[in-house]
Parts: sequence; C-alpha cells; structure tokens
Amino acid sequence: MYQYDLIDKEFLADRSAEFRGQVARRLAGELTEDQFKPLRLMNGLYLQLHAYMLRVAIPYGSLNAAQARRLAEIARDYDKGYGHFTTRQNIQFNWIKLKDAPEILDKLAEVDLHAIQTSGNCIRNTTSDPYAGATAEEVDDPRVWAEVIRQWSTLHPEFSYLPRKFKIAITASAKDRTAAKVHDIGLLMRQGRDGQLGFEVIVGGGQGRTPYVGPTIKQFLPTDRLLSYLEAVLRVYNRHGRRDNIYKARIKILVAALGAEEFGRQVEQEWAKIDAARADLPAAEYARIRAAFAATPFETLPARSEAFELAKTKDSAFARFVRNNVKAHKQPGYAIVEVSLKAADQTPGDASAHQLEVVADLAERYGFNDLRVTHVQNLVLPHIKLDDLPTVFATLQAAGLATANIDLISDIIACPGLDYCALANARAIPIAQDIARQFADPDRAETIGELKIKISGCINACGHHHVAHIGILGVDKKGEEFYQLSLGGSGAEDAAIGKILGPALPADRVATAVDQLVGAYLNVRADGERFLDTYRRVGLEPFKEAVYAQAD
Amino acid sequence: MPRLIELADGQARWADDAFVNVTDEDAIPETGDVILSLTRFEAEGDGLLSSNSRRVGVRVESDQEIEVLAYDLPRIAVVALAFPKFRDGRAYTSARLLRERFKYEGQIRAVGDVLQEQAGFMVRCGFDAFEPNDGATPEAWTKAASRFRHVYQRAIDDKPVAFEERAS
Repeated sequence: MYQYDLIDKEFLADRSAEFRGQVARRLAGELTEDQFKPLRLMNGLYLQLHAYMLRVAIPYGSLNAAQARRLAEIARDYDKGYGHFTTRQNIQFNWIKLKDAPEILDKLAEVDLHAIQTSGNCIRNTTSDPYAGATAEEVDDPRVWAEVIRQWSTLHPEFSYLPRKFKIAITASAKDRTAAKVHDIGLLMRQGRDGQLGFEVIVGGGQGRTPYVGPTIKQFLPTDRLLSYLEAVLRVYNRHGRRDNIYKARIKILVAALGAEEFGRQVEQEWAKIDAARADLPAAEYARIRAAFAATPFETLPARSEAFELAKTKDSAFARFVRNNVKAHKQPGYAIVEVSLKAADQTPGDASAHQLEVVADLAERYGFNDLRVTHVQNLVLPHIKLDDLPTVFATLQAAGLATANIDLISDIIACPGLDYCALANARAIPIAQDIARQFADPDRAETIGELKIKISGCINACGHHHVAHIGILGVDKKGEEFYQLSLGGSGAEDAAIGKILGPALPADRVATAVDQLVGAYLNVRADGERFLDTYRRVGLEPFKEAVYAQAD
Repeated sequence: MPRLIELADGQARWADDAFVNVTDEDAIPETGDVILSLTRFEAEGDGLLSSNSRRVGVRVESDQEIEVLAYDLPRIAVVALAFPKFRDGRAYTSARLLRERFKYEGQIRAVGDVLQEQAGFMVRCGFDAFEPNDGATPEAWTKAASRFRHVYQRAIDDKPVAFEERAS
C-alpha cells in the first residue's frame, strides 16, 4: 500500500488547520451559511435532512487496519455507531455535529485519511478495482495510476472550480468492477502488442437525468503521458463545459453536444500544445509510487488446501459462502474474500463500528493489513490464505458479515434516499429490505444467479439504477412514493443504460414486481444465461407482461 | 485613488490603482492609464497603444478566450480576468495560459467575485493583483495564499512540487 510520507502528512495537517479556522469563523458568526457552504462542501461536509453528513475519501477504495479502526472510532464517538459506504468507494457519516467536524478531520489525518474533494465541482476520489494486486486478470496494478491521479488532482489550482463535479475510474482488468464507462473519465488499461501499457480513454459517460455510456476518445494513451492528457481533457471541459444550467454542466453534455470525434479532436489539439516535460511526471516519481505498491510478500503455497476442502464438505454454510463470496486469487493458495454489507434487514452499505473493527482485525491478522471497499458497497479482504478461510468465515459469521450473496439478487445497491438525503423524492432503503426479504431463501437466490438490482431515491441516480439489470427509481407522485422499474442496464464491461419497463408502481408492489420479473426470466432462460443475457435475447415484452398483465 | 492588493515576492500589499476602468458606455479619458473591455480594445486598442502615452489594460470576461490577445500581449500592461461568480473557474485557465503558453509578463488581475479562499489557487495560476470582493486585507490574502506548505502539481508559481521535494 502507498504510505504517506512527511509531505503528504503535512499537507493534511495544513488542510485540517484551514478548515478548523473556517468552522470557528462560522460558529462565531463571521461567515454566513451562504459563505460557509462552499468551504464545508470542499471538506465533504453536507447539510442533509436531519444533520450534517461527512463524506470521507477512501482513495481508490483501499484501507489498512488502522484506518478502518479509526473509521469505527468516529462512527462510535461522533455518529450513531455506524458508517455508510458509497458507490464511489467512500464512507459517509450521517449524524455529524458541525462543532465536531474539525476534530474528526484531525483524527482522520492522524491515519492519513481526509475528506478533501469528496464534494464540490472538482476532481473527486478516483474509483479503482477492489481486486487490484490480487486478481490474475489485470495487466498492471491500477492503484499506481490512481495514486498518480490522487496527487495530481489534489487542490489542483486550475481545476477546482469546474462546471460540475468530475469523477474518474480506472481498471486494469477486462472485467470491470469500477463502472468506468459511466464515469466522466473511464481509463481502461490495455497492453499493446509490443507489450507497452496504455489506457483506452473513455470520456463523457454518466448517470443522473441524462445517462450515457461514455464513448472512447483515445484508443491507446501511453501510461507516461497520462497527466498531460488528463490536463488537456480537463482544460477543454473547464473552458467549454456549460455553466448556465447545473443539469447540463457535466462533461457528458459537452461530449454529446460536440460529438465524441470533435471533442476528441479538441483534446488532441490542446494536448499538442502542452509541454509534456512539465505536465507529465518524471520517471523517478512513477517508480517511487510503483514501489509503494510492491508485490505483497505471499508465501509459496500449494494451490489446494486440505483444511479448506474439508471445511467445505463439513459445513454447507461455508460452502455456500465460498461459492458466492470467494474469488480466484493470482497467487496459489490464496483467495479474494468479499464481505457483504447486504444482510437481510440491513441498510445496504452500512457497517457498524464493531463490524469495521472485526474486518480490520481480520485484515491485520490474515490479510497483509489490506482492506478494500467496492463500488457495490461491500468490503473485500483481497489476500486471504485458503488455509485461513474457515477461521475468517467463522469470525465474519459471528459479526453478521458472512451473507453469501455477492452479485445475487439481494446484493442491492441503494442510495441513502429519503431516509437521509435532502434531494431524494422517495426512500430507497426500505425497498431494498423488502426485496431482500422476498428473496431470503438462499437456495432460490443461487438458482436465480447473478442479478444486479440498484435503487435510487431520485433522478440524480446515486444508486446507479440506470446501469442495473433491474433498476428502481423512486419518484414522487402527488406526495406519494412511487417506483419506476427499468431493465437491461449494466455498469460493467458490457455497459448499457436500462429501458423503462412501464408505469411506476407503489412501494408495496415493488418486491412482488421483482418476483414476477424473476419468474418470467426463469421461465425462458437458456442454460447458463444470466438475467441480463435473457433480457438481451428476449427483450422487454415478456417482462412487461409478467408485471402489468394482471393489473389490466 | 482606489486600492487593490498586489503580490510581490510572496507578500501581498495594498497598492494604489492607477488604472481607470472604462465601461463600454464611457468615453475614454484624455489621459491616464485605462482598462477596456476586450470588445472595446479590439475596436479602439490599436490607436491607444500606438500613442504610447499611457498604459492600457484589457478586461476579459470568463466566456472570452485570451488567445485573441496573443499578438498584442507584449504591449498590454494589465489583463483583468473576471470572475462573474467565484464558482466560475474559467479565469484560472486563462491566467495559466497567459503565463505558461504566451509568456505574458504584465499584471494579471482578478476582478469580480474574488474571495480570499481562492487566493492559493489564483496565485498558483499566475494572478498577481486582486480586487477582493469580501473585504480581505493583504494580511489575510498572504495567509490564505501560503496556507499549504506543499503542492502536488506544477503551476505558475515557483513552489517545488511534492515529487521534486522528494527527489531533493
């Protein structure tokens, strides 16, 4: 993992001191709320329905045990005992008092955490693959490049007042676990025929009220030119992105208006004028950052673990956990372990202080002090020995963290919705819980297979409903919560925007409707087809009929 | 005479503003230093510059591109870049390009909704004169501009970037 050096630490200390001064001026009445708002937003502090919400950045979704424990401590001492992981690998605390915020930021800074650029019209935390450094699929470690971007984008003097927020995702695996194609910039690492590494650059994807799968504007950008190229993209956007209408200010609108080809041409033109020697990092700095992600000191182990195999035959719950939550590791004898934060009756993405500490202990004891957050709002222990898996499972189970549902129907993404959020039209959390209850039978869930449900409480689409196999959007109809279903979206490498199924349904109809959709799928699916594959083969009609036929 | 904050050698100080801001409706005064809008400069700037008797500045709005000034820059004493709202960040790019791409050595002045919280970004992008909109004093400006001991990316100021500090 990247370790903060004195420079990184002093930077956070300066930031903390700056915010402490701003909060003091606000509490003393020297700043009005209007003047204070942009300052607190730049430190991740939002004013929500009931309280201040603090969003803490987890750079590219990577944490160590000390950091996870500190998050637990903050949840316990300043919140109601839990935190909420977001779809961009960050964590939110929902019940923060303004007077406590500077102290919280100081405590975060002690373990190299911060809330810089978790809000505001600036470059946000970069999303990266939670399996980085652990999966055999990747052509390079994407964290190296995410860290390069973190440093470059931190308090960038030219790009801190963009037309709108700006989100970058980076993946180095063919299987995309970052939703790269619906980010402002998606960087897909590729290996050229000559072995050279580069990025396919996608610009102008996005969700919200105008969802787009982003177009590719550059097929192959050599890695050492990354920063100058980003500078060119951001500069074209900063100058030409719309500022007259907040809903048309994201880069996707500019790219769509110009066309990908023309936008790409403008970027190339700007890029050609940039002095690469000044804009791109020197090789020594790339090397320094890469060294920080040096190979984990794995033991040489046999690929097969007798203890692991025996536990699978003796404990069916463990076997189920292995089938659904344990993924292949590049190193023989190790596995990637997904820790679901989607237990029945839980708020998707919430973790209690105790749960955070349990996972921190496991990471420290069994997992090279490495812990990841996924954009699907789960946690990952990326390097666990197969021999240790039964013990790790038992510990997770005792903490309510062994729900064996990764990518299954109850592994639902949900935004905080009207339970917390000032923008929401409808609640998202109770709908997720209704669906989880409807599909509580784990055998049935496994029979159904991969099915990604995502719920947003409003059109801003924080719950990623556009890119869900089954998307659910909360709308307000004359003061009542209704839910619009859409099918066929995907945020992965096969990215697509879902299509609306039909008229919105009342809250108490949603779980039943999902059941009817699943019924229709099971009726017609061919061998090996996921829900998404079946939908793509048969289209919307059979599903529409399943949900709306009886009602007519 | 009105005052503005000028930055020299890392110190912000009050300075008398010798320039008169001439709106597009006003007649250009007979003598004295003036700042004109870009539109007016394009129409009347040549005459003023060739008389060589006074300094001329140009006010560039955030939706105007500074590239059109490229030819005249060596003769322009001040480029005033407007912030219609503090959230409008286009002037940061304009300032940076003036210094980095066009090697402009005159004054770059921040005008409009200019707040001390933006001081650090403005200084790093090449602004060296400020008309604050929030009553900021030079002391507050210096403090705000020098709050961070380290920076992570190259800009116009001569601060060593984190990777340069690490290498040294």
